[in-house]
Amino acid sequence: MKFDKPAGQNPIDQLKVVGKPTDRIEGPLKTTGTAKYAYEYNEQVTNPAYGYILGAAIARGTITRIDQTAAKAAPGVLAIVTAANAGPLQTGKFYVSRFLAGPQVDHYHQAVAIVVAETFEQARSAAALLKVEYKKQAGDYDLEASKGSAQPPNPGPYTPPGETLIGDFEGAFKAAEVKIDQTYSTPDQAHAMMEPHATIAKWDGDKLTCWCTIQQLNWGIRDLGVILGIPKENVRLISAYIGGGFGGKGTVLSDLVAASLAARAAGRPVKLTLQRPLMFNNTIHRPKTIQRIRIGAKQDGTITAIGHESWSGNLPGGMTESTIASTRLLYAGANRLTRLRLAVLHLVEGSAMRAPGEASGMMALEIAMDEMAEKLQMDPVDFRIKNDTQEDPEKPGRKFSTRKLVECLREGADKFGWERRNAKPGIIREGDWLIGMGVAAAMRGAPITKSAARVRLDSSGKITVETDMTDIGTGSYTIIAQTAAEMMGVGIDQVQVKLGDSSFPESSGSGGQWGAASSTSGVYAACMKLREAVAGKLGFDVEKAQFSDGRITVGDRSAALADAAKNGELVAEDTMTYGELSKEYAQDTFGAHFVEVGVNAFTYEIRVRRMLAVCHAGRILNPKAARSQVIGAMTMGVGAALMEEMVVDKKVGFFVNHDLAGYEVPVHADIPHQEVILLEDIDPTMSPMKAKGIGELGIVGVAAAVANAVYNATGIRVRDYPVTLDKLLRAV
Amino acid sequence: MKSFTYQRVTTPAEAAAAIADKPGAKFLAGGTNLLDLMKLQIETPAHLIDIGRIGLDKIEPTANGGLRIGALVSNTDLAADPKIRKDYGVLSRALLAGASGQLRNKATTAGNLLQRTRCPYFYDTNQPCNKRVPGSGCAAIAGFSKQLAVIGSSDACIATHPSDMAVGMMALDAVVETINPAGKTRQIPISQLYRLPGKTPHLETNLEKNELITSVVLPAPVGGTHIYHKVRDRASYAFALVSVAAILFKDGSGKIAIGGVAPRPWRVPGAEKLIPSGAKAFAAKLMEGARPTQDNKYKLALVERTIELVLKEGKS
Repeated sequence: MKFDKPAGQNPIDQLKVVGKPTDRIEGPLKTTGTAKYAYEYNEQVTNPAYGYILGAAIARGTITRIDQTAAKAAPGVLAIVTAANAGPLQTGKFYVSRFLAGPQVDHYHQAVAIVVAETFEQARSAAALLKVEYKKQAGDYDLEASKGSAQPPNPGPYTPPGETLIGDFEGAFKAAEVKIDQTYSTPDQAHAMMEPHATIAKWDGDKLTCWCTIQQLNWGIRDLGVILGIPKENVRLISAYIGGGFGGKGTVLSDLVAASLAARAAGRPVKLTLQRPLMFNNTIHRPKTIQRIRIGAKQDGTITAIGHESWSGNLPGGMTESTIASTRLLYAGANRLTRLRLAVLHLVEGSAMRAPGEASGMMALEIAMDEMAEKLQMDPVDFRIKNDTQEDPEKPGRKFSTRKLVECLREGADKFGWERRNAKPGIIREGDWLIGMGVAAAMRGAPITKSAARVRLDSSGKITVETDMTDIGTGSYTIIAQTAAEMMGVGIDQVQVKLGDSSFPESSGSGGQWGAASSTSGVYAACMKLREAVAGKLGFDVEKAQFSDGRITVGDRSAALADAAKNGELVAEDTMTYGELSKEYAQDTFGAHFVEVGVNAFTYEIRVRRMLAVCHAGRILNPKAARSQVIGAMTMGVGAALMEEMVVDKKVGFFVNHDLAGYEVPVHADIPHQEVILLEDIDPTMSPMKAKGIGELGIVGVAAAVANAVYNATGIRVRDYPVTLDKLLRAV
Repeated sequence: MKSFTYQRVTTPAEAAAAIADKPGAKFLAGGTNLLDLMKLQIETPAHLIDIGRIGLDKIEPTANGGLRIGALVSNTDLAADPKIRKDYGVLSRALLAGASGQLRNKATTAGNLLQRTRCPYFYDTNQPCNKRVPGSGCAAIAGFSKQLAVIGSSDACIATHPSDMAVGMMALDAVVETINPAGKTRQIPISQLYRLPGKTPHLETNLEKNELITSVVLPAPVGGTHIYHKVRDRASYAFALVSVAAILFKDGSGKIAIGGVAPRPWRVPGAEKLIPSGAKAFAAKLMEGARPTQDNKYKLALVERTIELVLKEGKS
């Protein structure tokens, strides 16, 4: 099915199942510990050996010698894989990392060897016996120092243009009545998901099956095929449940490659999981950025010039952190500049993490907006509303498909009690605590992409959906079940959903906030075909047929769906593809975040007291799952604001705090009452589902709202995240 | 983890004797720190003597009105003990400010005293660390040191002692009781338990080889207002940037120990006469000779500010 004109009325609009707050259908499996994660397929693989990765001890240089004598002789050791015996390895099509060092070491903890043994403990112990000699080479680890050598990025599917210039930015900024010119930084951040990267790899001849934990199975088979030099048809990946991803498990990382190589070398299936430190220095992360923002406005608050320049670093060929993405679309202003620059750094690869680009970009832009509002002596909510735009500011005439940013801000201000905020910072005090409120806008693109599904109807009237979509804790299983139930007119308990197997029809996968809208649209397309098949089988006119209560009905005539499958299962499969509507309309999601913090007047400890998010993100397929996504994202935003930072040791060239004791993420005690309001939205330009994503929108702007609240509480403006007490104390 | 042998003993004397027999042996109590360190091959004992079942798990009154806390009393039980909560509130509060419920269930009194530093360079065996490999150097001093020591440190090591409990015990003038393989017992005031790093940061305590802590004795209750204030960016489950254990008396005097700033709980009894003069004067004396890095000099201001807050709390 091709979607190329705005959707009209369709079966989803009945909203009997879709749109209802619905518990996760796989919830009981999760709470009872019976949902199987990658490392737990013990019935399928009964004789695994265990692999353990030894990471490089240096950041950059060459391996001159690996003495394997002691390791080979250690108890239980079956094989040792290094670059010398691994065979040729390519890099995948998404990440640029080489998954095995040798002779060159590209970054700290790059895999140097994989030790395979009978037990995990034996493999780990033997890995420590490998004697690796290195020749160190100087490297660049400091973005500040390498900023001058940064270059415009190469354009790519996930990289906006290196420069956009509308009108006369420099002239307008120079002439502006009121202006700010500030520089901000966001640190390297880790996904820090609970489940580590893990794989069980099993070869049957030249066919490879991997139980793994990745978000995009279609990318996974493509990349693993390319890396190992085998046809992707020979690769099957299974990721039925994923213990958090946040972009950190987009496609193939070293666990999949290492397990595959190890299984081949050992002649046995191999289980391999990354030890936690390797998740920081061996996989991917959200890279540090330095951002200069210039805003010029008239005295009445009308923005006349807005400029956003940004620097990030990566391994050669790596992605640019596209911080300017929101700035291009969020606020009006005739004269505009965005500029991206990418430096070469010899740290582990930077790549996608929840709302890549927008999250770090809005951390800076939305502080800048707060600073500008203060300079204009305007309320920060009013300042944002004043500069709202209903069309793409870079392409006048191109409308937003739907956009209720102003409503998000107004509704939020009203519900949060924004009028109680004192515009003058450092005034409100309760006991030993300085109290402040902050606001930030949120905006995240609403990409949608082709997605296929297969649906089956059996003789008992049950529907089974199969698609290689993944559920990374987001609720994919449930919204897909809701979609199929709505389409076929059955209860959700009549639908079984099978996900996370690359042998199923190719879906969108989970990433970029496209999963929910895309994968359900694929299911919609397949269900339309199944409705035709049912109607055809039972002699109904599908155009006139009603599907409800497990029956198909036209006029007075009615039959059970099950009757259509009496003589054998009905199977339908289709792919939803898309036309040009995303070019015609700017399709985005919007929101507003309101935060109240307390800052201890003595110690300057910061504690968040209240949070509210108002989101406008298309039709909400399952308000309960959507709310969970948003409160999780708000929590992650608090982490970004107040504690998360992978600290670079610029001498050694690595992330020092490479475990969960050193890399702090919020705990329950950090997170106060959170409220989420989902504004009514139906976007017919997206797909027949009229839905958009929300999982990434929820994080965008949160950190800035916290930082703005800290400023409101203390009068201290911290422009380098995270906002920690030592930075406040330095300014006292 | 290196292969090791394992033995379970049933009495303190048996434990002390067993360790004398086995070169490279270590006692295993709660294991919340030792097992992690073994997995990372930072600790590589050849033999473990599991003392989890040797008793020493009671809190009992002493003849002079204090309490004797068995070495194996869990942090959870110690924090919840009614006598501790009533008369030694600073200790209960310090314990509850540390780790997590699950860890406190396993962690023991003696094990908590002897836990190793959380310096990130100590935890990465690719990096030089004089505490882990004597003479290899210190990557932390010129590296990431925001969490690390500002006083009592040396050119060889700026690690901190991570315990909260020990800071409370320092304010309480606790005394550590031990037994050695010959069966000889002795008492060590907690102020004498820890060594400063100097040139030998791998030597962390004044315990002799194979000496086993059997209990910690608290003197008779001294009254006063007990406060433990732990400062950190994350509200829970984080090591102290600075912590203050204070026992404050109506006459303005007090006993104050500081955590998160030094290789041991930091207390300077000679400075405490300045407590009535206020945080500034007291903190200046307490932190005299501090040698912070660029990364952690904020701790000096934070110590003073936290003391100021604690003194204010003590008055209210």
